[in-house]
Amino acid sequence: MSMVPSVELPPDQRQTRTRSLVGLLTPGVLWLGVFFVLPLLIVVVYSFATNSPTGKVIWEFSLDSYRVLWGKELFYNAYIRSLVIGLEVTLICALIGYPLSLHMVQAPPARRNVLLFLILIPFWTNFLVRTYAWMLLLSNNGLINSLLVALGFAKQLLYPSEGAVLVGLVYGNLPFMVLPLYASLARFDFTLMEAGSDLGATVVQRFLRIMLPLTAPGLVAGSVLVFIPTVGQFVVSDLLGGAKVDMLGNLLQRLFTRSNPPNWPLGSALALVFMALLTIVVLVYFRTTTEEDR
Amino acid sequence: MINAPRPLHTPPRQASIGTRLLSLHAGSTYVFLYAPIVLLVIFSFTKDTFGVRWTGFTLDWYTKLFNDQRMMSAALNTLWVAAVSTVLSTICGTLLALAMERYRFRGRDGLDALLYMPIVIPEIVMALALLAFFSFSFGIFESLTGITLRMNIWTVIVSHVAFSISFVTVVVRASLKGFDVRLEEAAADLGADPRTTFWRITLPLIIPGVIGGALLAFTLSLDDFIISFFTVGPGTNLLPIEVYGRVKRAITPSINAISTIMLVVSMLLVFLSQFMQRRADER
Repeated sequence: MSMVPSVELPPDQRQTRTRSLVGLLTPGVLWLGVFFVLPLLIVVVYSFATNSPTGKVIWEFSLDSYRVLWGKELFYNAYIRSLVIGLEVTLICALIGYPLSLHMVQAPPARRNVLLFLILIPFWTNFLVRTYAWMLLLSNNGLINSLLVALGFAKQLLYPSEGAVLVGLVYGNLPFMVLPLYASLARFDFTLMEAGSDLGATVVQRFLRIMLPLTAPGLVAGSVLVFIPTVGQFVVSDLLGGAKVDMLGNLLQRLFTRSNPPNWPLGSALALVFMALLTIVVLVYFRTTTEEDR
Repeated sequence: MINAPRPLHTPPRQASIGTRLLSLHAGSTYVFLYAPIVLLVIFSFTKDTFGVRWTGFTLDWYTKLFNDQRMMSAALNTLWVAAVSTVLSTICGTLLALAMERYRFRGRDGLDALLYMPIVIPEIVMALALLAFFSFSFGIFESLTGITLRMNIWTVIVSHVAFSISFVTVVVRASLKGFDVRLEEAAADLGADPRTTFWRITLPLIIPGVIGGALLAFTLSLDDFIISFFTVGPGTNLLPIEVYGRVKRAITPSINAISTIMLVVSMLLVFLSQFMQRRADER
């Protein structure tokens, strides 16, 4: 790993080394401490504060926000909505991404690089712009509706709708699934599949018993990478879902910036619970992958 | 018909159908990925005033865009934010990468974990935490000094640096992995002081990684919507926020035009970063 000289340094050199280490660490650690760690701690503080009816935060300790989180039906709807949409998007991305990655790793090297690069481009382009592109396609006079009319069908209201949100989210998050899957399939030893075939296993058996278990870390990594931004976003559900699709991200955004009155303590509590749940997911993921790698 | 005996090691017949199906699937997925983007670009040149169908070529929407004072000032602000936050996060991130790769120190594992947090944490949580932080600390500042501070372009810059540092560190650390420390030791043996060694030996060797990290930070900042949305004050206008506001109202060909420009800029940045990476790999 790191390249530390193994020989003992004379005291004066060790001192310069310590001084330069402090110099290297200070700007970054200070910045992350003040503008990352501290803000998260302040969210914890807010979550135990009291919200006045006007939306102003009163610095009095209360557990109200956490109580409301479990009590309100609106919240259950948002949790379940988010969970269901998050899982749907993850599943669709996996179903599209797995065969795609398989195709990519089997292509000759030069073509493989081009295919990978073509996945990277949308990954680097603006999420808002990519969502907007779907608004264009799905709009009332857009291309899909024109095609429908040309084929003799009636115009459909394609967005705002939950289906449009699903399409937009799959579209936006697919690269997150493909990149780790590709990495894990590129390491997969395809002669194992031939061995399976020689031993009389069917295609399905070979896939389920050999390929899938060995590429599971990539699949799990991709799923986590797709699930987290899907549940936490609010742009796609806002633009493509109208007010119909309410996810955790939309709820958080409203509690902090839009609702009248805002409720920061409640929003803070919700954000923390959300993070806690995601941490559990990520920990489980790391547990499974490190075991696979051993 | 009698089948000719199959030569050994040729994949069974199902595999070739499978391969063909895989190609078909891959082809349609790439169409799915690119069709919306391509259409967006095409519809930025249409005469149609709703911007959703092709009725002839025009550049009007682009001229209109460049005369749109609000949009242009938003674009300039966004570029400024991206430039400043890139410089700051590249410096902090590169220094952290050097510390992490070169030194053993107490708390190194903790710092390692901390560095991954801004990457994995949902963006909206970081955004609202920053909003809470600014509001909270500005409140304290006001009660102490009587001076009212407001969120503006600087709160956005500070926030962008906070999430970019980690990305820069990851990229620069990767470029440090293959670094031969003996070069630095040789410089030291030849009497170079640590500063000279850094500027003459270390930096030139890791510069592709540093530029790669900087490009990533720049792109992240240009494309960021959520954190900017939460940390910008009411008086400052940024490009993604302006676009979001207009998109919510209606689809217009001007939005197609600005979106096309944003797309082209992002793509140029990807090409540049791939180019840098290739150069780094060649070393």
